[in-house]
Amino acid sequence: MTLHKRPRTLPGMLTNSFEAPVSRRLARSPSAAGGNDPVISIRGLRKRYGDKEAVRGIDLEVGRGEIFAFLGPNGAGKTTTVEILEGFRQASGGIVEVLGTNPWKAPSGWRERIGLVLQESQAEPGLTVRECLELYAGYYRSPRPVGETLALVDLIEQVDQRATALSGGQRRRLDVALALIGDPELIFLDEPTTGFDPSARRAAWEVIGGLRQLGKTVFLTTHYMEEAERLADRIAVIAAGEIVAEGTPQTLGGRQVGGARITFALPAAATVAELPACLLDRIQEEGGGLVALPSTTVAADLHALSGWELERGLELEDLEVRRPTLEDVYLKLTTDQPRS
Amino acid sequence: MFMLFSFLLRKWREFRAGAAAGVEALPGDGAIDFSTAAAGRSDAPRVVDPELPRPSAAARGPAVLLLHQVRFDLLTSLRNPRARFFTFFFPIVLLVVFTGVFGHGHTVVDGVRVSLSRFYVPGILAMSIVVASYANLVISITSLRETGVLKRRRATPVSPVLLVAGQALATVVVALVMGTLLLVIAKIFYGVGMSPAGLAAMAITAAVATLAFACIGYAVSILVGSPDAAQPIVQATMLPLWFISGVFIPTATLSATLRSVGSLFPVEHIAAGLHLASVHTTFSGAISGKDLLALAAWGVAAAIFCAWRFSWLPSTATA
Repeated sequence: MTLHKRPRTLPGMLTNSFEAPVSRRLARSPSAAGGNDPVISIRGLRKRYGDKEAVRGIDLEVGRGEIFAFLGPNGAGKTTTVEILEGFRQASGGIVEVLGTNPWKAPSGWRERIGLVLQESQAEPGLTVRECLELYAGYYRSPRPVGETLALVDLIEQVDQRATALSGGQRRRLDVALALIGDPELIFLDEPTTGFDPSARRAAWEVIGGLRQLGKTVFLTTHYMEEAERLADRIAVIAAGEIVAEGTPQTLGGRQVGGARITFALPAAATVAELPACLLDRIQEEGGGLVALPSTTVAADLHALSGWELERGLELEDLEVRRPTLEDVYLKLTTDQPRS
Repeated sequence: MFMLFSFLLRKWREFRAGAAAGVEALPGDGAIDFSTAAAGRSDAPRVVDPELPRPSAAARGPAVLLLHQVRFDLLTSLRNPRARFFTFFFPIVLLVVFTGVFGHGHTVVDGVRVSLSRFYVPGILAMSIVVASYANLVISITSLRETGVLKRRRATPVSPVLLVAGQALATVVVALVMGTLLLVIAKIFYGVGMSPAGLAAMAITAAVATLAFACIGYAVSILVGSPDAAQPIVQATMLPLWFISGVFIPTATLSATLRSVGSLFPVEHIAAGLHLASVHTTFSGAISGKDLLALAAWGVAAAIFCAWRFSWLPSTATA
């Protein structure tokens, strides 16, 4: 398995106040900076509920320091898989290793090394932000300092507010802080921005991006393609209990080699039949005077088109070349699959 | 009485703030000195040197971790207005109302003729223990489970046994404080005192009953699907039992059928145990082995059911 690291700007939230601890941590555990020992390794994982098979033999591998996005529609087996990885459910078949251990039989020491941000988890009732972190810090043998962790998620100002009184975005940042307080190597993020407004989502992305700077491995599930595209090094798509595609955001589902689509408005002075002969058999009329041209040789087709318009003194309006977005690929992958 | 608690809580906070500022600090304080914020000022908390890691509760052993959990469970329940009302305020109101309205009559408890004031003290005490353990736990455990808080706690290295024990111990502390308060009020305002042997028997009965009802609370929470359903289920299961278990009405005045129905359920046994302790002056007369056994049997059965069926995940969780 290879690591695809995209260059990335340092998130604005990374201030000196915790860059120092980061570098200390990296110095302490050199492997955190990279390497390819798998943190999560799944072979032939199956899970049955009665006679329904929710997960039908999947293979996955996530390397250290990687941000891995796990996508899939509701009921595709996504939550089941994640809960097996988190040790909440027992696999019916296959081999699952998280940090070298079967999560279902993992000792409590294993839980020192993972952190969870659960979509359904709400705030601790009655406790302030500080008390929440103190409570959870007490559960770990060597937790991060509470103040440092709060700075990491930018909740210093809310420290004495009741957790239940926080805004949605702040509460999710508190969830991330609670997942980080044990200083885990691996963090599970379950749909971390569902229900967020765009600015809260962007703020959450900065926090998640910051986890990369800390050398954490992140297993992210999400419904949002933009989120996966922006954050993940690698993506796997699950549909009807099977992995239907795996790759980087650029290559998922053969996106980089798949066809593009050229569209333009046909000038009023010309008809479809007058277009260059080499393109004619692929031309599709879209109505409203728009013409579409599926293309695997974009440069050559554009060359033919522009030559044609120059020669005739015409101007092709609304000319557009479009490659399938990650969302297009995802929808195609998940709707092609027969639902069980 | 709530003021007393607020006072203790304030003192505890002051103590903690002092400790955090000093050299010796409690576990989990982290790097921030919150004494300024705790004093109500809006200054940003001062971040102190993060280079000196202090051992966490978990690092200092299971006993410290247990106390850590108890402390936060107590904090959570003290800050819950519903729990505050039903656990602390309501039993005192009932004691005042019942003794005020009916206190001049008499009844017979275990062959001893007593005033109804003396009858109501152990009765209300039994009720307050059941509310503090059973009612509070059904409601809070259901809510913590369905809001995913239990799942998140379970995902940490802390052992599930310790989480449950912490909650149970916090319940015992609340019941103990509440019981003491009721006995003090009864003594001061109504002149109803207990013999030393009676107090010892009461303490034992109360401790066994609190743990038993805590187990039953956990068990019933398994059967409750949503936090909205918890409150009505609690009321529906407790309310009829108050009337047929000797809590509000002496069992001597009930029909034999109602008495035998009542004695099937644990509320009758805590009430009977405490009543016995309130009228006898020798320990052997004040303690009721039969009732303790019945309570323990309910507790053990509930614990077995919990071990079999208890889930940390929300019941709405799907594949």
